[in-house]
Amino acid sequence: MSTGDPQPAGLQAERTRLSWRRTTLAATTVALLAAAAAIVDRPTPHGVAAAALIALAWLAILVIAQRRIDALGRGVTATLGRWPAVLAMLVTAYAVLSAVLII
Amino acid sequence: MSPLLNHDVFRAIRQWFDPTDVDEVGTAPDYRFSLANERTFLAWLRTGLALIGGGLAVAAFVPPQRWPHVREVITISLLLLGAAVALRAVDHWARCERAMRLGRPLPRSRFPAVLALVIGAGAVALLVVVLVSGLRT
Repeated sequence: MSTGDPQPAGLQAERTRLSWRRTTLAATTVALLAAAAAIVDRPTPHGVAAAALIALAWLAILVIAQRRIDALGRGVTATLGRWPAVLAMLVTAYAVLSAVLII
Repeated sequence: MSPLLNHDVFRAIRQWFDPTDVDEVGTAPDYRFSLANERTFLAWLRTGLALIGGGLAVAAFVPPQRWPHVREVITISLLLLGAAVALRAVDHWARCERAMRLGRPLPRSRFPAVLALVIGAGAVALLVVVLVSGLRT
């Protein structure tokens, strides 16, 4: 390892894009688990509704991540603004809806 | 403004959603540091998602246990932990971003240590449950 050698800027953007990609994969896995949990026993109306809302949250996460991935691909390194807060709320919604789903 | 909304917690939540606060205070750091902070935030978000996924997997695939509600308690605990990790992730991200813009030291946090202890204790408790129910059958 060379010391004091700044990493190429493109590499940082690439790593960040891959990190967003991994996050969408994690969100997809959890959404699929929620769908599985919704139909594993006899489906209840509120369980199906919760699973549908989780699917909506998943879609929102996907859109936010894709927009950021596109922006990083164009070399935009603007700050994230309120999107981290929105993402955290969507993940919290996952947790709350999952609780509704299994009860 | 009610006194409740001036409370630290609510001020923090307002700051998460108010981009001007994070984006205009101090001076912009080297953007590579901001990208590193972004990746750390995403890694914590994935940790939260993994905990939520674990809770759902327990609910879907673990058979009902001898003791009532053991499965439900595990599931709800994991879901709560996942939500806590996600909310703490955005709080830490915003605090780190502010600190970098103001040239201050990064905020220190006990959260990773507490999370590790909680997960460790939970794993030991589960082990006890599995062993005891195994011995009884």
